[in-house]
Amino acid sequence: MKKVSKIASIIMAVAMVLACFTSCGESTTSNAIKIGAIGPLTGSAAIYGQAVENGALIAIEEVNAKGGLQFELKCEDDENDAEKAVNAYNKLKDWGMQISLGTVTTQPCIAVSTEVNADRIFALTPSASSTDVLGGQPDADGNVTIPRKDNVFQMCFTDPNQGVASAQYIKEQALGEKIAVIYNNSDAYSTGIYQKFQAEADKLGLNIVCVNTFSDDSANDFTAQLNEIKQAGADLVFLPIYYTPASLILSQADKMQYEPKFFGVDGMDGILTVENFDTSLAEGVMLLTPFTADAQDEMTKSFVAKYQEKYGETPNQFAADAYDCIIALYDACVNQNIEVSMSASEICKKLIAEFTNPNFKIDGLTGTGMTWSATGEVSKSPKGMVIQNGVYVGM
Amino acid sequence: MTFISNLINGISLGSVYAIIALGYTMVYGIAKMLNFAHGDVIMVGAYISFCVTTYLGFSPFVSVVISMIVCTILGIVIERLAYKPLRKASSLAVLITAIGVSYFLQNAALLIWGSAPKTFTSIVPFGSIALFNGQLIITAESIVTVLACILIMIALTLFTRKSKMGKGMRAVSEDKAAAELMGINVNVSISVTFAIGSALAAIAGVLLCSAYPVLIPTTGSMPGIKAFTAAVFGGIGSIPGAMLGGVLLGIIEIFSKSYISTNLSDAIVFAVLIIVLLIKPTGLLGKKITEKV
Repeated sequence: MKKVSKIASIIMAVAMVLACFTSCGESTTSNAIKIGAIGPLTGSAAIYGQAVENGALIAIEEVNAKGGLQFELKCEDDENDAEKAVNAYNKLKDWGMQISLGTVTTQPCIAVSTEVNADRIFALTPSASSTDVLGGQPDADGNVTIPRKDNVFQMCFTDPNQGVASAQYIKEQALGEKIAVIYNNSDAYSTGIYQKFQAEADKLGLNIVCVNTFSDDSANDFTAQLNEIKQAGADLVFLPIYYTPASLILSQADKMQYEPKFFGVDGMDGILTVENFDTSLAEGVMLLTPFTADAQDEMTKSFVAKYQEKYGETPNQFAADAYDCIIALYDACVNQNIEVSMSASEICKKLIAEFTNPNFKIDGLTGTGMTWSATGEVSKSPKGMVIQNGVYVGM
Repeated sequence: MTFISNLINGISLGSVYAIIALGYTMVYGIAKMLNFAHGDVIMVGAYISFCVTTYLGFSPFVSVVISMIVCTILGIVIERLAYKPLRKASSLAVLITAIGVSYFLQNAALLIWGSAPKTFTSIVPFGSIALFNGQLIITAESIVTVLACILIMIALTLFTRKSKMGKGMRAVSEDKAAAELMGINVNVSISVTFAIGSALAAIAGVLLCSAYPVLIPTTGSMPGIKAFTAAVFGGIGSIPGAMLGGVLLGIIEIFSKSYISTNLSDAIVFAVLIIVLLIKPTGLLGKKITEKV
């Protein structure tokens, strides 16, 4: 009996170790430029990582079909954890990564972008939106605490951009008289957007009546926050947070019979794909996002059709950002005559030159005529979306 | 009115903590070990209930029963495989094993159910109650949670005081060796403790996710830690203590969020715990244990 339980314990231990190895598939082509992506394929932000992987794979299929320069993608899971992201990055480096597709979420990307900067591997992140990812931006006191990482570029808006754009949008469209905010103070992304939103709102004279926070550890009970907001009489609640806590806030507000307008940012994207989520709760939720799956242009239509056929769901903006990243990298590589045999640092040098070239313009799913500045930020304009009958509709 | 509403929310959150804390406290009281995997059994319970209602289409009540059965079996299996071989080992070894089991359950849930969050459909079929012209809203979930918590505590107290098995369990908790000499089967007592604790975890999981309906593989870990705190706060090993500690912890958490700062709520909760333990090292209702030399 004792032996049996010992063996069973060993089996359990082995299973435990095995359970730790969850990694995604890879598309292997020989003689292709190796692009490494890192993102949360598991964990609470997994929708983002999976969307990025799927979107990038569709783009790679398209560019490889052209027959010229070939791309190869490998992606590693970081569970939205900075430490795991750096481990994943080292794994990709061992694999021979020549270009980094950043990491998907902000917190891990801040860590990884420092590594790619030191190792001279060009990085274009689809969706890590903090300016700390890029570096070189002054903080609230005007000091630059993180120097510019010159080989890191973003495909998405920066957090300040989102905060500022949200405040301006709310002001322009007169969406709320009394505004409340709930943000995640243990998350750089959420805090970053909130700070800029508050600053811009003060400038524009928006009336913010109540600001509440939560942390990753206390992200299940929002009744206290909602009670306070309700008491303050807010008619618009700004939620610069990810969709998982947002879905809880929506359902708890509903149970409290409190029905303000909710306004989110790109992290809200994904809320409709949460399994078993009652989409009627999200009815009327507004968000700023650069991509909408119901846009009628040819490029979006073809992308959405392919995505639905392959993965059985409607792509969100993370998938679109990743698609655009690959398109942009491909064009830049072609323009600079980059070859497979080149080292990562050679490619890095050429890509920096191309991305900072004002004539380098990309027409993608998330914007037309996108250009990059030397600060690493992309220039494109956000669109206001509202959820109606369970789908995003342009406002 | 906001005060009453906060109080109700606090009691409701606290009742969930209390039910989880009962599981911790029973296992600690009888087996003298900290079962850190308890929080993850909660998560498994919630997933089972979710699957039974959403994929198999059974009624919520049936799902609770099935989830209790599955968790009970899981609890006994965990005890047999991971803890029983270590009964004679140092308590540190058992503690580390418990943490290992906790990670095992989380990763197994990741493999089985994936990482994307699932929205739990509340098992409570009626909506919220509005009082005083809608100024005070009480959710049906909070009423059910509080009632369930009280019922469970009464049932457990009766069980440990009156039933033969319960008396045996108390004897094991006092002195394992003496209990064995008296003809009490220690192994069975400990297995029953795990079975009851895990069945409670299933109920706690369903109630937790009914009130806060997002289900991910780490759903149980933070409430598990808070409930463990509640068990220590109330006096670990004591059933009314777990209940009192849980409810107080919930109220303190919600009140500090509403009246002091949402930034500091967790800090305040744990500061209160430290103060209580400084003044009363055995917790609010904990028994003083005199060590014989």
